Amino acid sequence: MAGDTTVPIEHEGDIVTARQKGRELAAASGLSMTEQTLVATAISEVARNIVVYARRGEVILAALEDHGRRGVMVVARDQGPGIANPALAMRDGYSTANSLGMGLPGAKRLMDEFELATTIGKGTTVTMKKWGR
Amino acid sequence: MAVPIMKQGDVLIASMQEALTDRALVQLRDELSDRVGRFRSRAVIIDVTALDVLDSFATRTIRSIAYTTQLRGARTVVVGIQPEVAFAMVQLGLKLDGVSTALDLEEGLLLVNEGAPGDRRDGR
Repeated sequence: MAGDTTVPIEHEGDIVTARQKGRELAAASGLSMTEQTLVATAISEVARNIVVYARRGEVILAALEDHGRRGVMVVARDQGPGIANPALAMRDGYSTANSLGMGLPGAKRLMDEFELATTIGKGTTVTMKKWGR
Repeated sequence: MAVPIMKQGDVLIASMQEALTDRALVQLRDELSDRVGRFRSRAVIIDVTALDVLDSFATRTIRSIAYTTQLRGARTVVVGIQPEVAFAMVQLGLKLDGVSTALDLEEGLLLVNEGAPGDRRDGR
């Protein structure tokens, strides 16, 4: 898609870059301050998952427009180990990395649309969208 | 980037800056815990006014910093959680169980000085 921004995620400093760029895009797409914060927080969660579980990957940011509605799309993808039990990973409080286990289910709650695609040994792609009110 | 820690009487004030790395958060925990002992501080205020995102990692770290300094004997208050950040934390399901919060630095100082000699609220 034209106008996409790709942020490589290789170390934790990139998490901050990704969420700042996400916030900028959300602001440019007319999302409110609160919505910008929800998007930035969701990006932070999925980008951190890349650093913790896959070590490297990328976050792709794109502006959305649908029948006059504007929003943003965030794609976080990696070629890491994949998630053995996606249903469990989407459950609050479940974590294999001794964290809070709020990352994926939390990011889902922050966004309007959320899709998790994962294959063992191949990697994980999280696609999420937030629309302006 | 290290977090500046200010000493005001027997209160330590750590002002978190924009876009903290995970490493800086961990460093802050160790530094505060050490200084509480060195300066015999009675209270610690963690000011997050400048933070525009508190994700699950940052929340967990702030909580562990607060628990650590509380166990070291310093009353610990987190101040300055912005309204949008608070809303995002609620949506995420994040809590700061057992940690006091206050609106801003001023309210935080009032809170930690409550009951202390010269309490500003005395005689109001």
